[in-house]
Amino acid sequence: MGSAHSVPAEMRELADRTGFTSEQIEHLHRRFKQLSRDQLTIRNLRPESDGLADEINFEDFLTIMSYFRPIEMNMDEEQLDRFRKEKLKFLFHMYDSDHDGKITLQEYRNVVEELLSGNPHLEKESARSIADGAMMEAASICVGQMGPDQVYEGITFEDFLKMWQGIDIETKMHVRFLNMETIAHCY
Amino acid sequence: MRQVSGVGLLLGLMALPAALGQRSSGSPINSNQTQSFAIVSFKWEHVKEPYIITLWILVASLAKIVFHLSSKVTRVVPESALLIVLGLLLGGIVWAADHIASFTLTPNVFFFYLLPPIVLDAGYFMPNRLFFGNLGSILLYAVIGTIWNAATTGLSLYGVYQTGIMGHLNSGLLDFLLFGSLIAAVDPVAVLAVFEEVHVNEVLFIIVFGESLLNDAVTVVLYNVFESFVTISQENVTGIECVKGIVSFFVVSLGGTLVGVFFAFLLSLVSRFTKHVRIIEPGFVFIISYLSYLTAEMLSLSAILAITFCGICCQKYVKANISEQSSTTVRYTMKMLASGAETIIFMFLGISAVDPDIWTWNTAFILLTLVFISVYRVIGVVLQTWILNHYRMVQLEIIDQVVMSYGGLRGAVAFALVALLDDEKVRDKNLFVSTTIIVVFFTVIFQGLTIKPLVQWLKVKKTEHREPKLNEKLHGRAFDHILSAIEDISGQIGHNYLRDKWSNFDRKFLSKVLMRRSAQKSRDQILNVFHELNLKDAISYVAEGERRGSLAFIRSPSTDNMVNVDFSTPLPSTVESSVSYLLREKAGPVCLDMQALEQRRKSIRDTEDTVTHHTLQQYLYKPRQEHKHLYSRHEIMHSEDDKQDKEIFHRTMRKRLESFKSTKLGINRSKKLNKIHKRDRGQKRRNSSVIPNGKIPSENPLQDFTLKEKDLEFSESEENNDYETLHLGKGVDFLANVTKQNFTDTPNGIDNPVFSTDDDQSIYMKFSPWLSSEDTVVPSQRARVQIPYSPNNFRRLTPFRLSNKSVDSFLLADGPEDRPRSFLPESTHM
Repeated sequence: MGSAHSVPAEMRELADRTGFTSEQIEHLHRRFKQLSRDQLTIRNLRPESDGLADEINFEDFLTIMSYFRPIEMNMDEEQLDRFRKEKLKFLFHMYDSDHDGKITLQEYRNVVEELLSGNPHLEKESARSIADGAMMEAASICVGQMGPDQVYEGITFEDFLKMWQGIDIETKMHVRFLNMETIAHCY
Repeated sequence: MRQVSGVGLLLGLMALPAALGQRSSGSPINSNQTQSFAIVSFKWEHVKEPYIITLWILVASLAKIVFHLSSKVTRVVPESALLIVLGLLLGGIVWAADHIASFTLTPNVFFFYLLPPIVLDAGYFMPNRLFFGNLGSILLYAVIGTIWNAATTGLSLYGVYQTGIMGHLNSGLLDFLLFGSLIAAVDPVAVLAVFEEVHVNEVLFIIVFGESLLNDAVTVVLYNVFESFVTISQENVTGIECVKGIVSFFVVSLGGTLVGVFFAFLLSLVSRFTKHVRIIEPGFVFIISYLSYLTAEMLSLSAILAITFCGICCQKYVKANISEQSSTTVRYTMKMLASGAETIIFMFLGISAVDPDIWTWNTAFILLTLVFISVYRVIGVVLQTWILNHYRMVQLEIIDQVVMSYGGLRGAVAFALVALLDDEKVRDKNLFVSTTIIVVFFTVIFQGLTIKPLVQWLKVKKTEHREPKLNEKLHGRAFDHILSAIEDISGQIGHNYLRDKWSNFDRKFLSKVLMRRSAQKSRDQILNVFHELNLKDAISYVAEGERRGSLAFIRSPSTDNMVNVDFSTPLPSTVESSVSYLLREKAGPVCLDMQALEQRRKSIRDTEDTVTHHTLQQYLYKPRQEHKHLYSRHEIMHSEDDKQDKEIFHRTMRKRLESFKSTKLGINRSKKLNKIHKRDRGQKRRNSSVIPNGKIPSENPLQDFTLKEKDLEFSESEENNDYETLHLGKGVDFLANVTKQNFTDTPNGIDNPVFSTDDDQSIYMKFSPWLSSEDTVVPSQRARVQIPYSPNNFRRLTPFRLSNKSVDSFLLADGPEDRPRSFLPESTHM
């Protein structure tokens, strides 16, 4: 794509796939160009990129953004369910850094440590304990009463879904893509 | 039968103030009779004022008791309606006695004494995140909605008046507009009173309630503007006056808010330094908030906005700064004042209605008012919701709109405002008063009665009274970050971005200024939930232990012979040694009991107790009680037993600890802790070495140890947080520890005869799943005695692979049915 505008056919295909309107895609494209400084892809600037992609192109960018679309009023049950699953899948992948389909305790710990790293007064110990406690909780929800010989390996995607069953994430996990003025950031 | 007699007694009591009120009118003092010394005299005049006030408050409170005797009635009829009816009855009695209405709801009393507590209560317990998240919608409804209601009602009434149906009135356009403005406002008192019994979902509630609070600015402005217009009479109303009116709206609302924020800042700052005056700490909250109300009133700004924002802004810092007991005191006092004020308001609304002097009946006017306010409210809500839904993430559906329209209740504020009118200038004041009374009664009684069935019929989404699980909180936090990031990436300034920026600002600057140092450290939502969960586990653990009759780890020799006794009914002689007894004591003077208990215990089993409680104390948090926001006037706590036990339990533990501090030397204590720490360290080291994930955390035990030491020293400097920092990582460890063996350290650790190294294999039933055979086993200290079912089985996590012989009874109790065998004491050696 580069600096040229997307071909309408391509755009339509993207629009169908991600659900954005062509206007929103234009906006996001402009934003993408800003972030990538007119390159084709955005590079990963972090030093260690275990489990993370090195670069993403516009399509990936758009796909990820599409996970955060708000729910529309005219969606039916099945669409809603699919939507929700997509969002949860995204989250799941974020936690599961080695992409083996399970969130193990260590991965969970990493996540919690990252989350709580903003609080300077918290020690790693506590973060670990919290992760352990959370894992416990997850285990108790997902598997309920386990037999004496069972061992809980990690949270699979089904378990993850189960955990979030009663909880309404549709309202928590979306961003309004309304006024998309590209704001200049200093990079 | 009980109800009837209760009501009878009540009515009899009611007659008292009425009768007493009469006495005041004529009591000529016979001045020519005071020749001898009167041993006792009846000084009615002397005490009249406070006596009558107190009596009325007593009557109102007794009424509440009587109402709640019959749960059938209170489930259907909202309390406010019952109070109004009662007020009508009382008013009738008073009037019948004397034919003058001696008691009415005077605007001054209402605005100065009855309204502030209610609004402060609302602001202090406002769920901030929800409130600010929906602020846009709330503002729209509050401002535009109220103006719309006022304008349409006033103009329509005027229009109908022009047609002559209403007969002859002395009012012009301005009078009608004035009336419209005071009848248009949704009333916070009424909304609270009705909605708290209905339990609709949070978003809906916050929108209606927020609207009722914030529309005060509009009401004040409109009322003042139109009143002055009426005074200066229609001819002099020019464009300039109108412009001034609009400007005054902004001044009044923003000014009121600023006053509130300023006083909130002041309050938070003051609360930071009140460590040494704990007893009067709660007083500051009330005094300063009330000052904000009065200051705004003085400057003719919106007083309700001031006190609301004072409560909203100060909550976080005040709750972090003040001590646990002060926090509880503030909570209870606020609820009490607010509840009491609300009761009195409704009752007096009823009483004030019985005043034939003010009654002017004009069927058309009254009926039309009722019709207009309902219809225009519906139209207004629908229109505004349609606009809002373009901008909201969570759409407001038809059902929500129905509830919002129906929940637009008018209440005492309207009545007080109308009573304030000057009947020289507004010649139809009596008509307005009568209409207002009818409208208020209609909305509170009729709409209050029917809103519950309506909500059920429409299947409105209700609140979920669920404890936020740890995972939820964690993921909630993750969502926040992710969303901020996405918003940032997509280059927008959205809610999350703003919230993020605000919390950064708050953490960097505000909290440093306004929060105590100790509070800043532990102020994290996730931590709090975590602490609470741990504490809950610990408490249920202890409670279970008692139920089973074998809480041996805090047992002592003297209770040996009592072990078989069912602890649920403690005998007096065993009382002192049972923590559960303390748990059950919900009374306030825990201190006293603790002292007495301390004495007794110390005299018998000094060291053992110390160590035991030391252990317990060390591993339990003393988290701040974060009470979920319940929009209820009547309940503060979630589930009574649970939270109360928790609170009392950890209060108890803290007291014990403080008494230890005073009795033990500092060195000894830290030594003891060191020992126990060492034990932990060793344990952790051992356990972490068997984590199957392949990663052996490279913990330097010594390093961790010194880390803890540092925390200990640091925390010692602050009285109330002795072990808080220390225990940051300890809560889970406590429960986890009990499933690990730590017996290699027993020689170094607790020298407690209870924990004898008895290797009685017979009590070991099952093996824990993660046990690998290579480790040698020693039953944990817990395992020596039969410890009951713990709700939180840590064995389920793969990392916790422990020796295969650790037979904590923890493990035994898997499912709820799967109870271990008897907890007979003979398996333990005392």
